[in-house]
Amino acid sequence: MHELSIAMSVIELAQEESDRRGGAQVSAVHLKLGALSGVVKEALLGSFEMACEGTALQGARLVVEDVPVLIFCRSCETRRPVSSVQLFCCAECGTPSSEVVQGKELEVVALEIEEWDHSPV
Amino acid sequence: MGSQPRLIEVRKNILKQNDLTARALRGQFHAAGVFVVSLVSSPGSGKTMFLEKTLTLLRQNYRVAALVGDLATENDAIRLARSQAPVKQITTGTLCHLEAAMVQNALQEWDLNQLDFLFIENVGNLVCPSSYDLGENLRLVLISVTEGEDKPLKYPTIFNSADVAVVTKMDLAAAVEFDWTSAYGNIQAVRPSMQVFKLSAKSGAGMDEYLDFLKKRLEQSRVAEVI
Repeated sequence: MHELSIAMSVIELAQEESDRRGGAQVSAVHLKLGALSGVVKEALLGSFEMACEGTALQGARLVVEDVPVLIFCRSCETRRPVSSVQLFCCAECGTPSSEVVQGKELEVVALEIEEWDHSPV
Repeated sequence: MGSQPRLIEVRKNILKQNDLTARALRGQFHAAGVFVVSLVSSPGSGKTMFLEKTLTLLRQNYRVAALVGDLATENDAIRLARSQAPVKQITTGTLCHLEAAMVQNALQEWDLNQLDFLFIENVGNLVCPSSYDLGENLRLVLISVTEGEDKPLKYPTIFNSADVAVVTKMDLAAAVEFDWTSAYGNIQAVRPSMQVFKLSAKSGAGMDEYLDFLKKRLEQSRVAEVI
């Protein structure tokens, strides 16, 4: 269970970004999670909620985009999905491949921040 | 005056700090000419026995050392010290994996130039270590025949992140009706064309082939440019 330490890194990262913007309130964190990232989405969501308590991110949402595995298929000469994470073969033609080109992502891609609107109504 | 949400793009790798430390370590290892192997396995797969045998045999002609990660005890380090190789324990407390910074700290007092091989035994766990680069040249995943043939299918991520697999306790294969063809097929399904060694650390059978492979990789790494 390393999702808690991952969640804490996410919070730290979001807080840094928020500080750089004068302490803007973060209402959501968007992240990409690859199927081969080694991180379990449900555990991360739970850990995030828990780790946010008492921080500036309390109540913030975690929006996770699942990223499927893509391999480079030598037969098709292009990027293809795999049959499954238990079978690293091109889903189109069945050629085995270990050349993972997508699916290891573990990154924060965007933040939703609350900005005070100073413009006249 | 009201507030309205705004989406700002960030794009930051969550494990960036670990990756940076790992990259620095990799550069240090290459500069010192030391070949670094990390070991991952389930608890009880025989990782310590396997490493003890590896250290004992390699020590005859090479300068070897090991770092061992464990949650609480120092038993593994004590067992490994029997190989006469320098061994250092990294006690992780409740952490289920090693991180690059822990390896960096543990290595502070060692002169890497005095080593040919460094082994890093990760905490017994086939899940969490997969996310953390330790700067190693080779990640070795170890399974034993007593764990069953389907381990690779249950933990595809770690097998996919590994460079080589070792199936150990082959001396018990017949007793537990271990099906080599099925196990090998499962490894190839989750990591096509991965090299697999079968051996018994206890009897020593199969150790030569695996050690020759390590020696060859050491030579290759010394001529290769740093990646």
